[in-house]
Amino acid sequence: MINELFPNVKWDKMWEATVETLYMTGISVVATFIIGIILGLLLFLTAKGNIWENAFVNKIISAFVNVFRSIPFIILIVLLIPITKFLLGTMIGENAALPALIVGAAPFYARMVEIGLREIDKGVIEAARSMGAKTSTIIWKVLLPESMPALVSGITVTAIALVGYTAMAGVIGAGGLGNLAYLEGFQRSRSDVTLMATIIILIIVFVIQFIGDVITNKLDKR
Amino acid sequence: MISIQNVKKVYSSLKGKVVAVDDVSMEINAGEIFGVIGYSGAGKSTLIRMLNGLEIPTAGSVTVADKQVSQIKGQELRKARQEISMIFQHFNLLWSRTVRENIAFPLEIAGIPKNIRLKRVDELIKLVGLEGREDAYPSQLSGGQKQRVGIARALANNPKVLLCDEATSALDPQTTDSILELLVDINKRLGLTIVLITHEMHVIRKICHRVAVMEDGKVVETGKVLEVFKNPQQKITKRFVSQVTEPEETKETIEHLLERYPQGTVIQLGFVGESAEQPLITNLIRNFEVTVNILQGKISQTQNGSYGTLFIHIDGEASETSKAIDFITSQQVGVEVIKHDK
Repeated sequence: MINELFPNVKWDKMWEATVETLYMTGISVVATFIIGIILGLLLFLTAKGNIWENAFVNKIISAFVNVFRSIPFIILIVLLIPITKFLLGTMIGENAALPALIVGAAPFYARMVEIGLREIDKGVIEAARSMGAKTSTIIWKVLLPESMPALVSGITVTAIALVGYTAMAGVIGAGGLGNLAYLEGFQRSRSDVTLMATIIILIIVFVIQFIGDVITNKLDKR
Repeated sequence: MISIQNVKKVYSSLKGKVVAVDDVSMEINAGEIFGVIGYSGAGKSTLIRMLNGLEIPTAGSVTVADKQVSQIKGQELRKARQEISMIFQHFNLLWSRTVRENIAFPLEIAGIPKNIRLKRVDELIKLVGLEGREDAYPSQLSGGQKQRVGIARALANNPKVLLCDEATSALDPQTTDSILELLVDINKRLGLTIVLITHEMHVIRKICHRVAVMEDGKVVETGKVLEVFKNPQQKITKRFVSQVTEPEETKETIEHLLERYPQGTVIQLGFVGESAEQPLITNLIRNFEVTVNILQGKISQTQNGSYGTLFIHIDGEASETSKAIDFITSQQVGVEVIKHDK
């Protein structure tokens, strides 16, 4: 039945492409989470009136974040080709997509982290300071736990954007479902392959959203 | 315990300089409950934050428990802060932690090992009366319970000084009273020095030993609470005192009384300290040929004695009445004859 509807779909190839997409998304989400939180924390802490208030550092990070957030992803991949080649020795394959995915998503996520941190009640930070907390304690025990629901829902949105980015990266040779849909589906006029790849991507997106929502709700005790 | 010397705090903003605290000096003794009252913008918030180094004075010095808080920095300041804890108007609990975990937070900061931490938290929960709520999150607590968590958290590291930043201003009157009672209780039991800032004279009356009145960054009046109630000097102090001594409806009540008692005299008596505890009315009736009718009264306790106001109606021969009034005056009771308007 399903083979009749999708006559041209080779399931082993489809599965392989799905794993590639999941791999690219997974690694880049983890890296984006870490780098985004570091950048977001720096943006937050160096802002006016905060613990590490420093207009210079704040402006630099802010400019960096804004620049990379504004470059369209497809152009970013091309721009990063030299760096990717230098780092990985190739520009083909799933790993080759990772630098562009992370550089594209981390600044985007960093802004969400910053917004999440700004929503923390200033009084709570003041209370921690009044107890004699070090800045590192404030970061680990106040800022991150108190903003965790925002951080998780932010990374959910970012992860979904990353699934889309992997598909774009796929078109220029990174592998994954985007690559399959483009090469096997579009270029060979096998629309059933494109459709199947799309369905799988949708399922991945729905699952990410579901997991994100569940975790956010579990964390949020407000 | 606390010594504030010629402290000044100036903020520079785009519109120019704002003097939040202007040359304030005061001494607060160990074991004392000291209140600072003022309207918002009077500088009391800035003042109390200089006591734990959350604000650094522009000039002057602040010494708390032998540490010059206005000078020390880094590790030394953080150590000092563990001995000067603070509770807040909006409680400032971490919503992501349970009651138990919130109270354990300052102990974690101080590096207390887990087993000792748990024991200490249980003691504190008992002290503030939150048994059974250990695993609740702040969002599941009432305002009063949240402030109890705040107090337990503040007491965790056995501080020498407790700073209260409008600690009851977000609570209803009944809850306010129960939190104030808790503060008095821990002041007595632990010998803790408490400094509180508020805009409610009720809070000062109920628990403070001494009070400072702040206006425009300056301390305009300081003294024992009862003295300030008996004899307020500044206009602003009088206004604060009247918050407690004169309920809002007093004026209406008086007019009503005058209408109802066209005969005789209506008198307002003001009792302070010792005189509030004497059997004045009994003496009045025994010694003079007058009838005495108690119309309305209010006696309140402060930490250093009681004071009160009482409206009575005296009827009798004019000469007896005036003798009676002279007698009351001789008893060191404030007397004011309420006149008919007509």
